[in-house]
Parts: sequence; structure tokens; C-alpha cells
Amino acid sequence: MSHHLLLDDVTVSFNRIPAVHHFTVELACGSCVGLIGPNGAGKTTLIKAIAGLLPLETGRIEFRGHEVTTGNNPGKAIAYVPQREAVDWDFPITVRGLVEMGRYPALGWWKSFAARDRAVVEEALRVLDLEPFADRQIKALSGGQQQRAFLARAWAQQADIYLLDEPYTGLDKNARIAFTEALHHLRSLGKLIIVSHHDMNDVPAIFDHVLLINGELVACGPTETTFTPEIIESAFTTRVFAGR
Amino acid sequence: MFDFLAEPFRYEFMQRAFLVCFVIGFTNGFLGAFIVLRRLALMADALSHSLLPGLAIAAIFVGLSPAGLLIGGLIAAAIVAVGGQMIARSSRIKDETAIASLYIVAFALGIILIKYAPVKVDLDGFLFGNILGVADRDIWTSYAISAVILLALVILQRPLLLTLFEPSVARTQGVRVNAMLTVLILLIVLAMLSSLQAVGVLLSLGLLVLPAATMYLLSDSYQAMSWGGAAIGVGGAQLGLFLSFWANIPSGPAIVLVLGTLFVAAYLFSPKYGIITRSLRPRHLHEESLERWN
Repeated sequence: MSHHLLLDDVTVSFNRIPAVHHFTVELACGSCVGLIGPNGAGKTTLIKAIAGLLPLETGRIEFRGHEVTTGNNPGKAIAYVPQREAVDWDFPITVRGLVEMGRYPALGWWKSFAARDRAVVEEALRVLDLEPFADRQIKALSGGQQQRAFLARAWAQQADIYLLDEPYTGLDKNARIAFTEALHHLRSLGKLIIVSHHDMNDVPAIFDHVLLINGELVACGPTETTFTPEIIESAFTTRVFAGR
Repeated sequence: MFDFLAEPFRYEFMQRAFLVCFVIGFTNGFLGAFIVLRRLALMADALSHSLLPGLAIAAIFVGLSPAGLLIGGLIAAAIVAVGGQMIARSSRIKDETAIASLYIVAFALGIILIKYAPVKVDLDGFLFGNILGVADRDIWTSYAISAVILLALVILQRPLLLTLFEPSVARTQGVRVNAMLTVLILLIVLAMLSSLQAVGVLLSLGLLVLPAATMYLLSDSYQAMSWGGAAIGVGGAQLGLFLSFWANIPSGPAIVLVLGTLFVAAYLFSPKYGIITRSLRPRHLHEESLERWN
């Protein structure tokens, strides 16, 4: 049982046009991976495919030897954090309530919220540094805190893989730094974090690994050896089939 | 004073009306939270109109039995809801336009069809109900349907909540999102059918949306929203019934006006989200702000 996420020959289409082509890559837990590529490179598609939201045309995705398919997320090990605009922040729920939702898959429809669940929720709030805001309605948080609240929900789900779609959008410098610290903290606790990201400048500061894509895999590896001007250039100039 | 309150209960039709209002107010108010949070209020309005042709066809073929009305109404609502989605997905028409087009056609069809019903179907009765003409059978129907709705909402509370909050995250957590939304539409139709005799479909919409909208302005907890909505539904329905008895006005509109008044009051004076409350709050937090520098 390896703590690896394996994508083997993965192709995912969007409106019949393959958005991600024959993608093979292996990522290890305990790393923070930046998913980098131009607009329309298939970053969101790839994240949704790993989350099990899109069916695979070819290939397979495996985590710890179990296949991940649409609607089958083994042990709820994979947590998906949507783009911030996709969320209704007026929803009548507090930060604690949001984090408690992470326990629902484990509890099913019926099982009552036990001491253990409460402990996991408190731990999630502590790990993501949200204790002072636990009883606030979710709109009364800053952008960075809102993102951390979703990470805390994923923690409460006891996920091993965190999938984040452009979480840095709209965060100012301080919020970026705090959010990066949160991601690094999760990494140090053995989680695999995959983040789609479009700002080239802070890539080395955030990610230890990068995954450069443009419809297909361009390069994947440690940031210092892979995130080089030549490889970035090739990621942004490769032309791929995009329908006619 | 006591006489004043007790007077309506001397009449059997009023006792029945209170019984039926209690359960309808509770169920619609409770369900309303889910409708408002999923932004299905207009969908519910569309469904309310599209019940008519189903009811008319049921009346033509099987008469006005509750089971026939239930099935006819469900089928008509399903055709409009599913048809609307199909048109929206397969063309450039957006879903609210598609559903509005279908439901108004369905409604027109229904008005024509009720002319052919062997038993007299009263359009006013369909839209506004007749709470004072409630029979024992209608009370039992209302209670039975309400029990089904409340049971479903309690059992499915967690998956429903995950779906309402963020469907794609819910899906990754193993929730069958489309099934949950279908259940919700089904429950709306059931709630309307349970309110049909007493308040009609239009006023049922009021009971469905207004208490939940009021609670949405008052609370930051979805549990409070559904239980509070139920309480407002019950209170508003009973108060409206009293008013209608004493002021000799139609009961359905009286109930909706009471609920509407509560909604406007919450909009103006809700402690946290009321527009007047907010405008009276000090604009700057000088004291708190200064503390930071000390």
C-alpha cells in the first residue's frame, strides 16, 4: 500500500473535446504540488477528474492501490475545494458547522455526532488556525480564512489528498502568506496537496513540486529542477488539439 | 378575552380549519428552508401552476380521489420540471425561461381540460383553496402527506444539506446530488397537494417561501431556519385564521398577509440583517479601532 496518487494514461473530455490527454503521473503524499498551465490547459478538468466529478475516457486513477472512479472516492480520502466563486457565502452556517459537514460521509445518514467527531472538528479548527472564528457565519471571514475553512472541512473528512482550484485568486499578500503556511503545515502532516495556480511569481515559494500541463503533461518534478524558463516556455507554447 | 379566543372553536368547521392549518403551516414552513437555500422559490411557483393539468386529467379519468390527484399532479409537475431541464440543456434557452414557458402552457392546458372534467373542478378553489370546506378526509390526507415529507427531510437531512451548500463537493463525498434534487422537487409537489384543499397552490407557495425567507433574515443556522420556519408557519397560519374569522375576510389571503407582515418586519428590523437595524448601527467602530493602537 503506497501513499501515492497514480494517474495512468488518463484522458478526460469536456463537450467531446479531450481537455486532458493521456496523462501519466505519480504524486507522493507529503508534498505540495502546483498545477501550472495556460488558460484552457485543463487544470480544472484534471482536478475535477481526480475528485471523481468527471468520467475518464481512458486510463485509471489509483490511490493506495484502490481505483478512484466517478462517485467512488475510496474512504473519502480525496477532498475537493471548489473555486471561491462557486460557494454561496450567505448560506446560514458557521465555520464550525461547515467543518462538521466534513464528518457527514463518515457518519452516513443516521449515526449521531459523537465525542470523537467533535474532537476531529476541534482538531481541524486548531490545525487550520480557525478557532477564534469558529462561531462566525462564513461570510464574515476574509478570503484567506474562507479558504482555510474549506481546508478544515477536508481535514475533518480525514482526507489525505486536498484538491484546490485556484485558491489564491483574490487573496492579498498577507492572506497569501498565511494560506501558504496552512498548506505547508498540512504537507508536513503527510497530506498530498494539489493546487491549480496561475501566478508564476510565487510558485517556488509555495510548491515543492510542479506539474506543468497544457492539455497534456509537459513536465512534472521538483520545483527547482522542473520550474525552469525553458520548460515553462514549452508549457505555454505547446499547441494541442482543441476541436475545430 | 378568553371568549374572544374561544369563539371560533365553537364551530366544527373552524376546529377542522385550525387542525389543518397547523400541519400545513408546520410542513411547508419546515420544507421552505430547503427551497429558499436551493433558490427553488420560482421553481416551486412554476410547479404550483403545472399541477393543474395533472389534476384535471385525474379528475376526468378517476374523479377527485386524493390518490388520483396525487399521481396526476406529480406527473404534470415532473413533465414541467424535467422538460424544462431538457430544453435548457439542449438549446441556448436558459432554465428559468424554459420552465416559465412550459408551466404557463401547462396551466393553459389545465384550464381547458377542467372544462371536460365530469365533476366540477373549481379554479378558484385550486388556486386559493377553501379552508372552511375541509372535510375529515382532507385532514387525514394532509397529515399523512406531511408525515411523509417530514420523515424524508429528517432522514435525508445530511445529504440534502451537503447538496444545498455545494453540489460538487457533495458529489465528491459520495452524495447522489441529482437524486437529492429530485427528492426535493417531489417533496414540493407533495406539500402543495397536502395544502390544496385548505389554501390552494398559490397560497401554499406563500407558506412555503415566506416563513423560510423570514428566518433566513433572522438566523445563521440552517436548523433554526427549518424549525423556526415551521414555527412561523404554524403561528402565522393560526393567526391568519383568527383574523379571517373576526374580520370576515378570506382565510388564505389573511394567512399570507400575516406571513408577509412578518417577512417585512424581519427585513426591516432583523437584529443582524435588518436594513433599519443596520442603518442605526454606528458607522465606525472608533473605540474598537483605537484599541488596536493602545
